[in-house]
Amino acid sequence: MGPRLKLFIPLILFAVLALFLLRGLELDPREMPSALIDRPLPEFTLPSLESDTLVNRDAVIGEVALFNVWATWCVSCRVEHPYLNQLTQQGVPIYGVNYKDEDQDALRWLQELGNPYRLNIVDADGSLGLDLGVYGAPETYLVDAGGVIRYRHVGVVDERVWRDILQPLYQELLEGRVP
Amino acid sequence: MIPEIGHYALIVALCLSMILAVLPAWGAWRRNTTAMGLAPGLAVGQLVFVTISFVCLALAFLQDDFTVKVVASNSNSLLPSMYKFSALWGNHEGSLLLWALILCFWTTAVALLSPQLPMQVLSRVLSVMGGIAVGFLSFSLFTSNPFERLLPGSPVDGSDLNPLLQDPGLIIHPPLLYMGYVGFSVAFAFAIAALLGGRLDASWARWSRPWTNVAWAFLTLGIMLGSWWAYYELGWGGWWFWDPVENASFMPWLAGTALIHSLAATEKRGLFKSWTVLLAIFAFSLSLLGTFLVRSGVLTSVHAFATDPARGMFILLFLAIVVGGSLVLYALRAPAVSSRVSFAWVSRESLLLFNNVVFLVATLTVLFGTLFPLFMDALGQGKYSVGPPYFNAVFVPLMALLATFMGLGPVSRWKGDTVARWKGELGISAAVAVVCGLTLPLLGADYNLWVALAALLAAWLVLGLVRDAWYRVRGAASLGSGLRRLTPSYCGMLLAHLGFAACVLGVVATSQYNVERDLKMSPGDSETLAGYTFEFLELAPVRGPNFVADEARFRVTKDNELVAMLAPQKRRYLASGSVMTEAAIDAGVFRDLFVAMGEPIGSDGAWAIRLHYKPMVRWMWLGAIMMGFGGFATALDKRYRRQRRAATASAQGVLHGA
Repeated sequence: MGPRLKLFIPLILFAVLALFLLRGLELDPREMPSALIDRPLPEFTLPSLESDTLVNRDAVIGEVALFNVWATWCVSCRVEHPYLNQLTQQGVPIYGVNYKDEDQDALRWLQELGNPYRLNIVDADGSLGLDLGVYGAPETYLVDAGGVIRYRHVGVVDERVWRDILQPLYQELLEGRVP
Repeated sequence: MIPEIGHYALIVALCLSMILAVLPAWGAWRRNTTAMGLAPGLAVGQLVFVTISFVCLALAFLQDDFTVKVVASNSNSLLPSMYKFSALWGNHEGSLLLWALILCFWTTAVALLSPQLPMQVLSRVLSVMGGIAVGFLSFSLFTSNPFERLLPGSPVDGSDLNPLLQDPGLIIHPPLLYMGYVGFSVAFAFAIAALLGGRLDASWARWSRPWTNVAWAFLTLGIMLGSWWAYYELGWGGWWFWDPVENASFMPWLAGTALIHSLAATEKRGLFKSWTVLLAIFAFSLSLLGTFLVRSGVLTSVHAFATDPARGMFILLFLAIVVGGSLVLYALRAPAVSSRVSFAWVSRESLLLFNNVVFLVATLTVLFGTLFPLFMDALGQGKYSVGPPYFNAVFVPLMALLATFMGLGPVSRWKGDTVARWKGELGISAAVAVVCGLTLPLLGADYNLWVALAALLAAWLVLGLVRDAWYRVRGAASLGSGLRRLTPSYCGMLLAHLGFAACVLGVVATSQYNVERDLKMSPGDSETLAGYTFEFLELAPVRGPNFVADEARFRVTKDNELVAMLAPQKRRYLASGSVMTEAAIDAGVFRDLFVAMGEPIGSDGAWAIRLHYKPMVRWMWLGAIMMGFGGFATALDKRYRRQRRAATASAQGVLHGA
């Protein structure tokens, strides 16, 4: 390679990077693989965090509820946690999916920060997460009374997300006005 | 009315920057002194109009003008005035205006403080910076107009600034960070001007060096403040998360660190010219890339701005023009043949080269880790996230390697040195450093090998520096006159390198010896942690200007002597209803005591309480402050000013001769 040609290497590398960035603009990192929307919550039988019993799908469906995927290693989960506590106080049922986590850490976390969850499903190896298509925590699924996933939110649930996105859908589902 | 004035001022500024981008560069090409002479005036005009625009937006915030969209969504009438002002840059539109303001500020500073520059060079530099301003001002005007009104239907009150941002640290963190980011545009503009003019020589390096060092110093302080803020404001005692947005500021810093060192070799020895130019382009490109990542929504992050694909496309296009254009120019104009200057393998040059390799690898590591989720997604491989383990695994060995060679740097000689001389100079330091490494960890809670390694490396750095400084000072009539012999750039280097040593010690000691405990505590309970007794005295409700809070009051004692009174709070902000943890910290040179409130447990007044004992955590920020001030100090060096006087005469000559 001639000495002059070598000077083009940075340009070529940048061009490759720019193509990736361009593609990145079309992809939404928060986008749900649409496959699971309006599909039933996957079947599972996993231990519960709070007790030594096993929980399955039937134990957690039957009313409109939020399924919150969280972990103690997840920084954003800590940000969203106080708001989940508030939602529970408002009477919104929330089930936790403790994703790829240590039970001891998770229990300590709940003791320290409060426990907004009806119960926590221990998904230690991420199998339920895999079925749900989780790629990171936190994620929150809105599931209707029939156990069908109606919405998936990736990232922190805060007051704005709840007010603007989740609450309207939640109300609709409660009132049974779903198409 | 005021917002409209601001909007018009921004449009005028855009027009001025368009002229600035074209006319002086054309003048430099055609050797038209009139066109070139317009550059400083245009730069000042640009600054004036962007300032007007900025002041108008600030007034809208301070006067609670909720008809303006950004004010309505980021401020509130109850917000303290200080935070109303800083809310200006707590959002995408406003922070972009701050970006533009700082860019104009740097442009004007170059225009006014560079009488030593040949007119052609100055015109080209200012034109390049004008071009960047065109990009950012049109980005602001066309995709993110901060003066957009909400009419009709403007809210009675605003929805408040994110409580996380209601903090003194966050008032100055973005301006400092932007001073650094945008400051690299000066180094970039000098590099492009040199490529355009075809003259890459030592004087080019000497001109851009003080600017680069100052920008780097600002960036260092900005990052430091961000980390400090995360530590006390996020409420769980962490100080670095390898979050994409943090990485976005860290990458230009790493590249910039390589650049300031490589500029030294270029200035002193005329070496690595093409490489230095490339680094200058690289550092600023990474600043732009950071802007893209934060504002386009391609990556998820805790503190990314509200995003919009149109904005992402605009920045990407801008990035392609600026970076692509400058790399084309680089490929066509950079000297392809290696310089004739030679140096031995054992020399200061090769150590600087080693520094550059380490920092480049570090930059690329962070870049790759940050973009990996995007790469995999774009290739259809699914969604991934890259966490601290990856970054730490690469970063820790790199920095250890760096510190080892860094100890040799200041002592080494240019051109050629010998290992035998290094042994003679540093043999004793090495021995003492080993002793320090073996003994210092004994002061900690238990003997820890990581701390031993950190102490060894830090002692190695410090002893090398002290010895070198001592050799320069000794032999003078008095210590005072000896110290005066040291140039500001030498003192700056000394300070910055000492700061790095402090940083290494602080990071390692606090990571290894940190003790934290999460407890259920009621008023009256007490708990002992690392010898300190934390006594929960009482729980009290408190009211702030725009929040209500529960405050837990703690008394901390050691051996029955009062150490501190700490009062962490759990705040609920009235406008948004968000709940925030306000940690209470007793700061000290050798340890921080940190108390934060979790959630109430039960109804009998018990709370989840987090207690932290963090040894030497301040050393990390202290080290960063030393690095920053070291950077500032180097810019004071006389040789940059002496050059100025001599060059003013010749510049006058050029002006009259043309």
